[in-house]
Amino acid sequence: MSYPTDELLALASETRATILQRLEAGPRTVGEIAQGLPVSRPAISQHLRILEQAKLVTEEYQGTRHIYRIDPTGLATLRTWLDRFWTRSLDAFAAEVERQNQTPHPSHAKQRRASRP
Amino acid sequence: MQNSAVPPVRKSIAVSTSPDRAFAIFTGGMHQWWPRAHTLNPKAERAAVIAEPRAGGRWFERAVDGTECTWGQVLTWEPPHRVILGWQLDEQWQYNPAFLTEVEIRFESKDGKSTQVTLEHRNLERYGVHAATLRAGLDSDEGWMGGLRGFAAVAGSAAAS
Repeated sequence: MSYPTDELLALASETRATILQRLEAGPRTVGEIAQGLPVSRPAISQHLRILEQAKLVTEEYQGTRHIYRIDPTGLATLRTWLDRFWTRSLDAFAAEVERQNQTPHPSHAKQRRASRP
Repeated sequence: MQNSAVPPVRKSIAVSTSPDRAFAIFTGGMHQWWPRAHTLNPKAERAAVIAEPRAGGRWFERAVDGTECTWGQVLTWEPPHRVILGWQLDEQWQYNPAFLTEVEIRFESKDGKSTQVTLEHRNLERYGVHAATLRAGLDSDEGWMGGLRGFAAVAGSAAAS
């Protein structure tokens, strides 16, 4: 795993980022979301479905119109991800402490030698 | 958004060493343990993760080719008991000097033999609605892992394992 980087954003989510930016300004219909985007309407709908499944966007029916808006539970998932991230990181830290308990790391030995008068 | 909207992430782990040494390994030996794949620079192998040992110091990674990517800054430096790092990666995992969340790490002696390391990552509400963009990267099938799988396939890289 690594951080989502430019490659990832370019690969999959550039359009979705644009959609989300538009929805941050307020609820929109598919037509409003699609306006000026070089992507077909079915493709926009596809992206909206993915965003909905990820609980980033909610859909509401007003008569025959579908209105999309940002789903605030997005932050909960960010938090969950960070929670997992820090669990992994602290586990790795503890493993490193254990490793150094077994075998002092050469760089530390070097520092100790270097600090001798 | 209210501060209470997103509770901080809190983690705690015990390690069998002194606070002094736990602090030193956490802050000074970060590149030894920071999950290798968690990098802002997947193109070059990481040579170091550095938290400069003072308040106001930079927190960054350096690749073997010398490229540096800033993660944030050191906000509080109180060895061996406390360090607060400013995590300044925004919702697109870009360093953003105008964005800051705090990661506080405390090192407390438990029984003379071990140290309780407690971590709190707070101010997550500052991601606000922009977190949605991040979440698209994290969770959707074509985002986070899907995107990484795609990247790995394109780059022929083993880094996404």
